[in-house]
Parts: sequence; C-alpha cells; structure tokens
Amino acid sequence: MQDSLKSSSYKQLEQKSKYTNMFLRWFLYFILILFASYFIFPLYVMVVTSLKTMEEIRQGTLLSWPSGLNLESWAVAWGGRGYGAGDTFLRPYFWNSIKMVLPAVFFSTFIGAMTGYVLTKWRFKGDQWVFLFLLFGCFIPFQAILLPMARTLGVLGISNSVIGLVLVHTVYGIPFTTLFFRNYYISVPTELVKAARIDGAGFFKIFFKILLPISAPIIVVTVIWQFTQIWNDFLFGSTFSFGEAAPIQVALNNMVLSSTSVKEYNVDMASAIIAGIPTLIVYVLAGKYFIRGLTSGAVKG
Amino acid sequence: MFKWLEKNLPKIVMAPAVGLIGWFVYGFVLWTLYISFTNSKILPKYELWGFGQYEKLWASRKWLIAVDNLLIFTALFLIFCVVIGIILAIFLDQKIRAEGLLRTIYLYPMALSFIVTGTAWKWILNPTLGIQKMFRDWGFENFTFDWLVDREMAIYTIVIAGVWQSAGFVMALFLAGLRSVEDEIVKAAKIDGASLFTVYWKILLPMMRPVFFTSFVILVHISIKSYDLIVALTQGGPGISTTMPALYMTQTAFHKSQVGLSAASAMMMFMAVAAVIIPYLYSELRRENAR
Repeated sequence: MQDSLKSSSYKQLEQKSKYTNMFLRWFLYFILILFASYFIFPLYVMVVTSLKTMEEIRQGTLLSWPSGLNLESWAVAWGGRGYGAGDTFLRPYFWNSIKMVLPAVFFSTFIGAMTGYVLTKWRFKGDQWVFLFLLFGCFIPFQAILLPMARTLGVLGISNSVIGLVLVHTVYGIPFTTLFFRNYYISVPTELVKAARIDGAGFFKIFFKILLPISAPIIVVTVIWQFTQIWNDFLFGSTFSFGEAAPIQVALNNMVLSSTSVKEYNVDMASAIIAGIPTLIVYVLAGKYFIRGLTSGAVKG
Repeated sequence: MFKWLEKNLPKIVMAPAVGLIGWFVYGFVLWTLYISFTNSKILPKYELWGFGQYEKLWASRKWLIAVDNLLIFTALFLIFCVVIGIILAIFLDQKIRAEGLLRTIYLYPMALSFIVTGTAWKWILNPTLGIQKMFRDWGFENFTFDWLVDREMAIYTIVIAGVWQSAGFVMALFLAGLRSVEDEIVKAAKIDGASLFTVYWKILLPMMRPVFFTSFVILVHISIKSYDLIVALTQGGPGISTTMPALYMTQTAFHKSQVGLSAASAMMMFMAVAAVIIPYLYSELRRENAR
C-alpha cells in the first residue's frame, strides 16, 4: 500500500518534471540562439554592407539584404580605383603582412622549440628561474618597451621596414612559444631521452629524431597562435612603420579614418573583411588548435 | 675545446632566447623606468630629475580621464564577460545539439583583430546609418542610440565591442573547467536530490575558483592594454572622453614628443599589470610545485 502510494506520487513528480524540463530545454535553446545572433550580427552586417552600393546603404537598414552580388567595393578595397595619388587600397599592405608574418612565425617558433627542449630535457640548476624569467615577457604591457624599441630600430637602420617588424615580433613572441613547447615537452617521458643519450645520441640528434616527430600538435598550436597574434597586431605596426612598410591592420585603420571624400562604408566593410579573412580561415579550419593556444597562452591581450 | 662545447651545448642553444628577452624586455623596461625620472622631451636626456614626470602625470586632466575610463571599462568588461561566459558555458554543457557550431560562433571574434572589430562596430553604432536608423525605419521614430558621438556614453560603446570580442573566450575557459569535473560528483549530488541549479550554484561554480581567477587576470590584462579597439572605434573621442592609459602613452610619446612623461605613464601601466600578474604567477607556480 505504502509502496504503491509512493510510486504514484513519484510518477506524478516525474510527469511534472518532464514538462518543466521541456520548458527549460526551450528556454535554453532560446538563450543560446539569442547570444549566437548577437555574435553573428556584426559579421552579417559587414558582409551584406560590403555587397551593397552606397545608394542601397542610405535607403535600407543595417540588416536589409543587398540587391545583388555587387563585388565592386571589394575590388576597390583590394586594388583601388586606378588613379594615382590618394588612392589607398589593401593589396600592397596585405603582402607586407605576409612578408612580416612568415619569417617572424618561423623564427619565434624555432627558438621557442629549442628553448623548451633545453628547459625540460637538459635540465640544470636554476632552470625554473630561467623559465620564469622568460615567462614574465608574456605579461609586460608593451608600452613599457615602445620608446627604447623605436630608438633601437632607428640605430639599427631598420625602423619603418618589414625587417624591423619581423625582429620585434620574433622577440616578443619568444616567451609564448617557449611556454607552449616547455609545457608540451615536460609531459614527454625523460626516459626516452636518457636511453638515447646512453646509446650515444647527441643534443641535436635527440631533438630531431625523438622530439620533433612527436611535436606536430604543439607546432600547429604555436604557429596558429603566432600567426594570429602577428597578423592582428596593431600597436607595433602603427608605432614602428608608416607609409609603404605598414602591415595590413595599420593600412585598414588609415583607410577607414581617411576622410577625404564621402565615406564609403561598403568599401570600409570589404576592407575589414579582407584584413580579417586569413585569421578567420585559420580559425574555422583549425579551431581546436586555436582554442588550445588561447587557453594556454591567452595572457597576451 | 670540443668537449667544452659539447657539455655546454644546451646552454648555448638557450642563449639567444635568454639574451633577447634580457635585452628587449628587462633592459628596455629599465631604460623606460630611468627615462621616467628624467626631464626628457623630444630626445632622451640622462640627468635625473626626480619624480617630476609622475607629479605632472597625476596633475594632468587627460591622464585622470584615462584612468577613470580604465576603471569604468575594466569593471564593466569584467562583469559582462564573466556573466555571459558562465551562462553560455553552463547552457552549452547541457548536451546541446549543434554544440560545436554554437561554440564556433561564440568564439570567432577572438580570431579577429581589434581593428577589424572596431571598424565593424563603428559602422553599426554610427547614428546616421547604423542601429539608430534601423530602428527609426522600423517605425520607432524617436529611437535614439548615439553613444558613439556622446561624450558621456562613448566609453560604453567600447565596452559593447570589447565584450563582444572576449566573452566567448571566458565561455571556453569555463566550459573546459566544467568538463574536467568528475561526473561522479554531479551524479552523487543528483541522487541526494539536488536540483540542477543547486548543483551548479553550490557545487560546480565554487569548484571553478581557479577558472575565475584566470579569467580575472586575463581580462584585466586585456583591459589595461586596450589600445587598438579605442583607436579604431573612437580615437579617444569625442574630444578626449574615451582616452585610456595605453592611448595616452603613445600620444604623449609620438605626437606630443614628451618622452619623459610618456615613460612615466608607461611605468604606471607596468605597475598595474605587475600588481595583477605577480600574485597570479606565484600561485600558478605553487600549484605546479604542489603536483
């Protein structure tokens, strides 16, 4: 008797909680989709605006659909209008950024890999302090090094050049790349290295034969992280370069701010998408590695 | 000779990193510190001048506005990023369909530069053709949303864009934290009759203390350094109403050529970051050693 009572009230409870659950489920999806639209909204606006003519922009609203696939503002943003002075467009600066990113990513990743290797597999007294010494470089506000860096680049004769920016990005990338590789190599069993050493393998042989072959994931994480950081940098680019040597973010900002004639929002939006597309592609293709870098190296702003 | 080389090879390989960081980070910070105690204008001078630049800095109206803005921005940026991040993480943790897609959407702004973000939001928030016009065209004739050109409100547009860029990141941190909790703990609590709300509020969120701490450090760090977003969105305007320390520093150094004063402002930023980072590094290191 008591048992049946118990089970029937339990059933009622279960029934009730089923409805509450269904309601909660709908609420859950509603909130999640609401936020998703908040995050998508600017991207949507950028894309549709870039496809409109200025006439459509003035008549419609932010959300209104473009009349057709009008790629003219993209062409203008990328290659200009074809008249001489005052015609700024992104193509040359896009290449500046490529020329800056590739060597800087390569050098900083390489130095970070070697340093991380030494710090974990060739340990010495005080290596913890060396790591801390390097790690602190992740956190400094770059304003504290801008003035001496500007003078140093001047003395070296590489201010306002792509080479100067490669140097800057390589140096200030090292703390992050070292952090990534150090934390990855620390979980590789040291016995492997010890055995190889007994077999007579040297410093470089161990690195190239044992560690490098298993480093693919962390290399991907590091390269993506460095690529995104350097491609998106504005502070160094705008401080140490101007005119023809500027990277794309600086050029984009100059383009948007230049108020010579009527504002062309469609061209602005096309330019912004062009400047953002390389990192966006990397994110979509390798999001997993991007997030891994983010959660372990995101101390940088 | 060869023996010595072989023995010291690891240290030689590590030397470039240590040397570069020693010179370009520590050396440069010390140089900036020194210059902040001199009366340098366009060119650095090396005679010491005492705390003059710091007195000048804290007497400057623009710097005070910058610090004020930084405090407002940091507080709001922190609260909104953490609240939105936690809500999204908990909701996503409920065995949601298309979780991967939603996560990708919440996090993609982190892949964009602040210049791209700023350019987009500047267009959306501009009163003549942006959101304001959209609502007016929809029939809300008196709808006004002109924060971007309002001295009092412009700082909040930077908060809107900043939160949009970084909230997904807090979500990722918390989601990773929630996923690392043993299932047994949640199951045991549910058997004891705890509601889902209680499970999160009383058990899981208190367990996320390290994640709160990490998010706090990272977000404060981002906000102290914020520069690009302001340049792209408001250039510190209208007037100087949205100036922040990082912008003040570069403007003072490279437009006004007040090298000593800008070095002093840079050192203030450095100290603010250090005040947040050093306890963080200390606790991280202790945790690692405890393992």
